[in-house]
Amino acid sequence: MLTTLLISVGIISAVAVFLSLLMVIADATIGNYGNVLINVNNGTKELTVPGGQPLLKVLTEEGIFIPSACGGRGSCGLCKVKVVEGGGQILPTELPWLSEEEKKENIRLSCQFKVKNDLSIQIPEELFLVKQYTTVVTRIRDLTHDIKEIRLKLLDSQGIETKAGQFVQFQVPVYELTDEPVYRAYSIASVPSDSSHIELEIRLVPHGICTTYVHTYLKEGDEVLVNGPYGDFYLHESDREIICIAGGSGMAPIKSILLDMQDKGSRRKVTYFFGARSAKDLFLIDEMKELEGKLEGKLEAFTFVPALSEPEEDDNWEGDVGLITDVVARHVKDGSNAEAYLCGSPGMIDACIKVLSACGVPEERIYFDKF
Amino acid sequence: MNSAVYPIAVFFAAVFTNNILLTNYLGMCSFLSVSREIKTSVGLGIAVTFVMATTTILNWLAYNFILLPFQLEYLRFIVFIIIIAAFVQLIEMIIERVSEGLYAALGIFLPLITVNCAILGVSLFMVIRDYNLITSFFYGLGSGLGWFLAIMAMAGIRQKLTRAKVPPGLEGAGITLIIAGMMALAFMGFSGMINIT
Repeated sequence: MLTTLLISVGIISAVAVFLSLLMVIADATIGNYGNVLINVNNGTKELTVPGGQPLLKVLTEEGIFIPSACGGRGSCGLCKVKVVEGGGQILPTELPWLSEEEKKENIRLSCQFKVKNDLSIQIPEELFLVKQYTTVVTRIRDLTHDIKEIRLKLLDSQGIETKAGQFVQFQVPVYELTDEPVYRAYSIASVPSDSSHIELEIRLVPHGICTTYVHTYLKEGDEVLVNGPYGDFYLHESDREIICIAGGSGMAPIKSILLDMQDKGSRRKVTYFFGARSAKDLFLIDEMKELEGKLEGKLEAFTFVPALSEPEEDDNWEGDVGLITDVVARHVKDGSNAEAYLCGSPGMIDACIKVLSACGVPEERIYFDKF
Repeated sequence: MNSAVYPIAVFFAAVFTNNILLTNYLGMCSFLSVSREIKTSVGLGIAVTFVMATTTILNWLAYNFILLPFQLEYLRFIVFIIIIAAFVQLIEMIIERVSEGLYAALGIFLPLITVNCAILGVSLFMVIRDYNLITSFFYGLGSGLGWFLAIMAMAGIRQKLTRAKVPPGLEGAGITLIIAGMMALAFMGFSGMINIT
């Protein structure tokens, strides 16, 4: 009895050991590509890394964070990187994610592409600063009937370095509506000087994967993964007058920009137009009005102009009425020495660009963030 | 049956009458997920055929020379699984090293089929049916080709299907399973032509 037991244990161990040994030897000989050199952005960075691993993994280990939602399984198609030299053939597992143009430009899916020889790759400059952060929800509050503000505390003691107006990507974990983690971008609403906190303003979109998660599942104390910062929508340094226009949750980046200006004691003249449908869609009005008072003296003038397009009878609204474009056209007389920051829906932004151009704001000084 | 013809009969039976996919419904996972295009399904089909033919030989050797002499037949599941896994891994590494083209066309599918139950199924049937080494090889090869045939047929149908209006609830895996069922019915037409057990 005992001998049969020992024999079976012995045999199975022997088979397993033999095969593992074979794999170890193969790994050290066939799978050993030695060290390879990766040239990032024409020599901005040179990395010496062990070959044989997927590019995504290699870059992550070197502290360069390429956004990826699926964790390298080749099922989200986000981790695209331009491989200028040393790329070789595109693999069948990459094909579904690459357009004809991207194939011509040597764009590769970095989680599938393995580093086997010296490479030269191109990645957007801003990705050097992008990192993934683990955060904890410290506060969730309702701003309106369909917009929630969530406040996240970063667990990383280093904090996040952002420019006011930039956005982060919020990772939605696997839950009822999604069977793999997905990422959605949200502007940061908090002030950059508070580098250990991020506030996001998230409007409920019916059946939206992320917004449904935030509005119905997320609780205070939950852990959330975000990565960032991204985006070239931020305040440009100059002495020009500033016109800000936002609608709905487009409030977030503008609020961040205004708080940043207050922080830095900026003296620029600012007019902020905020459009909503009716009084129930307005939020943070008191905070903005308060800012109007606070900034007085520091800023030449900060004027907050909330406007309703369809005020209801019992709103008792005394402020501006009309589409935000009409309101802007009424207030802005001469925009030739102004720059503009817009955040809102594509329709609103396109309409506002037209109005601002008509008021004399040069188009290259109209910065916007469409969502 | 004449012993010289027997392996050939088993081979054809494995391709048509006893198609591992359409009569035993094994290997469905990759069959459903990689059958969208003929080109990729050909790559996977070749990979499956190759791995099936070679692992049946390896497993036959392991079974007859290691497990049987020590009366450890009950360990065949785990031994077969680790042999398949190690072999596939090894082949993938070799292909990746020697030929980029071959890796792109074939090697990339290898990790997918390590856990393909049709591969293990073929090795287990080989034991149950008591095949000898040569018959086992032809059985593995035939099963692989049968699987290849089935996935290619499915990919062809699905390519046509992209232009058809499928009810929303049946899109993707749903309609694919229905088609697989109909293909199985069609393959029933072959049954009885060759009798093997």
